[in-house]
Amino acid sequence: MIYRSHVLVCGGTGCTSSKSMEIIKLMNELLRENNIENEVKVIHTGCFGLCEKGPIVVVYPEGATYSRVTLEDVKEIVEEHLVKGRIVKRLLLGDKDAEDVSKALEEVGFFKHQVRIALRNCGVINPENIEEYIARDGYRALGKVLTEMTPEQVIDVMKRSGLRGRGGAGFPTGLKWEFAAKAKGDQKYVCCNADEGDPGAFMDRSILEGDPHTVLEAMAIAGYAIGANQGYIYVRAEYPIAVNRLRVAIDQAREYGLLGKNIFGTDFSFDIDLRLGAGAFVCGEETALMTSIEGKRGEPRPRPPFPANKGLWQKPTILNNVETYANIPEIILKGPEWFASIGTEKSKGTKVFAVGGKIMNTGLVEIPMGTTIRQMIYDIGGGIPNGKKFKAVQTGGPSGGCIPAHLIDTPIDYDNLIALGSMMGSGGFIVMDEDTCMVDIAKFFLGFTVDESCGKCPPCRIGTKRMYEILDRITKGQGEDGDIEKLELLAKNISSSALCGLGQTAPNPILSTLRYFRDEYEAHIYEKRCPAGVCKELLRYVIDENKCKGCSLCARKCPVNAISGEVKKPYHIDAGKCIKCGACIESCKFGAISKMA
Amino acid sequence: MKSLAELEAIREKALKEINLRDNTGKTRVVVGMATCGIAAGARPVMNAFVDELNKRNVQNVNVTMTGCIGVCRLEPIAEVITADGVKTTYVKLDPEKARKIVVEHLINGRPVKEYTISEAE
Amino acid sequence: MSEMVTLTIDGREVKAPVGSTVLEAARIAGIKIPTLCYLKDINEIGACRMCVVDVGARSLQAACVYPVSEGLKVVTNSPKVREARKVTLELILSNHDRKCLTCVRSENCELQKLAKELNVGDIRFEGQNNHLPIDDLSPSIVRDPNKCVLCRRCVSVCKNIQTVAAIDANERGFDTVIASPFNMALNDTPCVNCGQCINVCPVGALREKDNIDVVWDALSNPDLHVVVQTAPAVRVAIGEEFGLPIGTRCTGKMVAALKKLGFDKVFDTDTAADLTIMEEGTELIERIKNGGKLPLITSCSPGWIKFCEHNYPDLLDNLSSCKSPQNMFGAVLKSYYAKKMGIDPSKIFVVSVMPCTAKKFEIQRPELAATGYPDVDACITTRELARMIKEAGIDFNSLPDENFDDPMGEASGAGVIFGATGGVMEAALRTVVDILSGKDNDNIEYKEVRGVEGIKVAEVQVPGGMTIRAAVAHGLGNARKLLEQVRNGEEQYHFIEIMACPGGCVNGGGQPIQPASVRNTVDIRAERAKAIYSEDEALTIRKSHKNPRVMKIYEEYLEKPGSHKAHELLHTHYHSRENYPDECSRI
Repeated sequence: MIYRSHVLVCGGTGCTSSKSMEIIKLMNELLRENNIENEVKVIHTGCFGLCEKGPIVVVYPEGATYSRVTLEDVKEIVEEHLVKGRIVKRLLLGDKDAEDVSKALEEVGFFKHQVRIALRNCGVINPENIEEYIARDGYRALGKVLTEMTPEQVIDVMKRSGLRGRGGAGFPTGLKWEFAAKAKGDQKYVCCNADEGDPGAFMDRSILEGDPHTVLEAMAIAGYAIGANQGYIYVRAEYPIAVNRLRVAIDQAREYGLLGKNIFGTDFSFDIDLRLGAGAFVCGEETALMTSIEGKRGEPRPRPPFPANKGLWQKPTILNNVETYANIPEIILKGPEWFASIGTEKSKGTKVFAVGGKIMNTGLVEIPMGTTIRQMIYDIGGGIPNGKKFKAVQTGGPSGGCIPAHLIDTPIDYDNLIALGSMMGSGGFIVMDEDTCMVDIAKFFLGFTVDESCGKCPPCRIGTKRMYEILDRITKGQGEDGDIEKLELLAKNISSSALCGLGQTAPNPILSTLRYFRDEYEAHIYEKRCPAGVCKELLRYVIDENKCKGCSLCARKCPVNAISGEVKKPYHIDAGKCIKCGACIESCKFGAISKMA
Repeated sequence: MKSLAELEAIREKALKEINLRDNTGKTRVVVGMATCGIAAGARPVMNAFVDELNKRNVQNVNVTMTGCIGVCRLEPIAEVITADGVKTTYVKLDPEKARKIVVEHLINGRPVKEYTISEAE
Repeated sequence: MSEMVTLTIDGREVKAPVGSTVLEAARIAGIKIPTLCYLKDINEIGACRMCVVDVGARSLQAACVYPVSEGLKVVTNSPKVREARKVTLELILSNHDRKCLTCVRSENCELQKLAKELNVGDIRFEGQNNHLPIDDLSPSIVRDPNKCVLCRRCVSVCKNIQTVAAIDANERGFDTVIASPFNMALNDTPCVNCGQCINVCPVGALREKDNIDVVWDALSNPDLHVVVQTAPAVRVAIGEEFGLPIGTRCTGKMVAALKKLGFDKVFDTDTAADLTIMEEGTELIERIKNGGKLPLITSCSPGWIKFCEHNYPDLLDNLSSCKSPQNMFGAVLKSYYAKKMGIDPSKIFVVSVMPCTAKKFEIQRPELAATGYPDVDACITTRELARMIKEAGIDFNSLPDENFDDPMGEASGAGVIFGATGGVMEAALRTVVDILSGKDNDNIEYKEVRGVEGIKVAEVQVPGGMTIRAAVAHGLGNARKLLEQVRNGEEQYHFIEIMACPGGCVNGGGQPIQPASVRNTVDIRAERAKAIYSEDEALTIRKSHKNPRVMKIYEEYLEKPGSHKAHELLHTHYHSRENYPDECSRI
């Protein structure tokens, strides 16, 4: 059925939360009311990336991109744009007066600097329709591999492309495949790590929601390369939309004969099953993930033996993450040289980042490796809100670290981030402004690791807990001389002796903040002061005598009777009683009360 | 899936369906769809463009709408704008004329002179 | 000879077999690497990080699981390595209930030893400690999670060796705790009380339920006639508690110590073992002759019985209806012996000393009270007996040998070998072959059923008669394998011996605990079994049916094996058990 117009509505998790499914329903109703349901087709897609501005609705062929669409706006879009051809300019994203609306977005920095490879189909196709994926060259790479290439040639292409794992450590994908291809075994497995667990990172979810077939296709290519005929996708159960789209995609791929026996009439057979994880962070560690697929408690096991030799059920296994797989069909079709031409010397291609924190444009962006932190924050992210100063960016999630403002011109790639004491990780990019306390941030990330430690080895199980306890004391003004040294001793030894990557990298948030913001730790410990004014126990609430009119409102709002004074004379706060709840600041009409660090 | 040819067949069919989501380097047919246009019969004209382009498997043309073009007495109006910006304005259209424009202008590259605004004026 | 590789450890070249670990290679080179969670063949998981070494990788590697390779360079003793081990140990100790002075494992604690060896002084990283409830609802096993170091040895032995899986890691991170599913009391789980978890525990997190006080109370009660019986495996292991080498036979000293403790009579459970052979042998012959249910499976091991009730209810009819020697003995003491001695059975207090924690559960079974009184009143383990001896101030090693008391103090060699895997089978064969062939056969050593092979099979030709197909399994994982074969009809046997513990009773859950440093290099099962077989060899009477004491009991009281009276006193029945009942206690 040919329609004159397609309306793409974002069906990613963020936009679904802000009622995109209701928008679709209402739009279909209104199309029927206006008798144009046979002219206009409404399609729900995966994530467009600019979640900050969601829900996003794009109308083709004009290419008009509407942002923050509410149910109330739907009628106007239908009656004005779809019936009468009049663009609803007030909802347009980007230049509202652009001559050609499809060009409106071109000058939006958020999109302008992106290069979309892994996200190429997200927000462009209907993820539940395999034909739309095929229309966008889907499964052609698999066809090419199976009919024109040997497994060795596939591995050679992967190696020459320079693709490195997008899930954490950045191991060269081609090399990993080569190890598994050379490993002896009657049965081999291809696994996909869709157990995305870094706080704030959601690129894997977006790919699974927006373009599930690219993962299936890449896994089949990997299966052919290493000699496996079974794949498993380990996806967290907390991603219901992704799980559902994967199920639909697997069913469709089987129906079209793109999974199953004798694909493209060759001897190659390959199938994929889903395994749902309960969302334990440690199950993103490859051996823990495989142990979990085997039905056991998700705990890592020592390496060697490496999964390429003894992985799932002790058989040779490769594991790549979703984003890594999403690059592979394009590499096969466009060639390794094309891919290697993007990025830096040792980090090829693009990387998807989940940009969040104190930044204007939060969302998902795919940038060429080598883009600087400054470009990310100002050109793409739109800068820091409220005129605040940029202080640091945290990358790599709980295994990563904080990069301070003076290193803002660092090009982002694997090796630069490691050198700065952080890491790429899965692509978290959390921007912090001057109001962020770095000790508090370290405590936040460490708290995550403490909760997510599997408990198998003592350095992680007890060591992270002890570090957390020390940080907690420091932020409460109970830090002691020697605490920094204890943190350093623990951090060093946990890094060197924990069983798996989770434990080994758990101290990174502390190490990197100690490296760049040691003075903040010292201020907390020795001066009992939180320079950013975050740590509650270290704050003092004071009333400015010159501003206070003695109205007594604050004293009446104070839940613990810590404020006293005579009417029409300046009041004051008893620091011993004050619980720092902030009720007085909110109540004061004269701005006379403030927090003192 | 038994062969690459089979995949290619699906691809071509599907591409036709989603072709309109790509407007880079394409010729656009812009149909005036304001109240005046609709009253004069612009909707069947637009649908005829869509239908004929599809029937003839034309991939590089998108049909889109616009509001009032400003010469209501000549409605239904459609503009053909090529990728390099050359604009031809057709007026007083009906579905038959639309189909002819598809064949003559959009496929064979010969604007249908007698329907253009310069002829009508 | 397997293929060898050459590696360097601390600058020294070492040759080690391909597939061995750095820890094993270091041992070859005489280099000691500290370990905690590692227990050879049972727990090789690299969890505790005490054995970390520097192999030139980004992080330190656990020597217990890191494979050797040609040209590998290992450093086991550098500031970095020493510091890592010490910090890890301090962390473990920072969340350990350090009541060492009063801990049952004091001076036999692997953690205590490590702290000393690694020269741990102050613990620099104190913080939150777990205070979790202690599970002491089981009659056999007490679990104290506050002393647990999460080495997982107990989990591995329970899950992989015994295939019981009553405990595993629950929760995660700092809250990780070894517990039963849903935090059920061990007593309500399919735990078979074998106590293997206790034997592998490096610390005092697992111990037997202590019944010493009950025994002291009985001994000091003038109204009671307190009788003690000792199982065969106790005598070959108790010496270890007093510093004697593994496999030292201490029968005489043990009897002397028991007499010093004040028991009115000291008897030998082996006598009841002979009785068991008479009853079980008769049962086997009858089943073979009358087309009864085969294979007949032994019922001496209470851990195995509970395992069967939970996991193989369909095979309950295959179990011999014979009580275990412990309970046969109790029943005989409170009937035949009471009558003979003119003592009211209510005044007889029977104590058993067992190498076993499951025996503590067994004596509580309500069906094991043939005389109206419990067959056995208190059961203590070898370890508890040793503690009583120490508490009484007895210098065990200088005791003179003494003999068991009459009239139940004499046993045949067949009764003695019950203590090792294959022993019951061998004892039974000695009697059954004689009875079936109608003559006294000289060939009485069935070596094919001896030893530590998991499943042992023998085909025994009865002179002038049938061939008996026999199988022996020890350790419940092996038992499961064997029973699956039987269930599937892959193998057919007349007679099967199953012991819950690997190695049989010599390695029971109540035996002296040998630390991993010993267990990793010495097969304590084999050493203790050697002592058992040497006691058998030293005896002139080596067949149960030749034991005059046993014959006399039949003559004077029981009439004949399998008689009505014998059934009343010496036989029992079994019932299937739910694995995870709805109603249960939570810890």
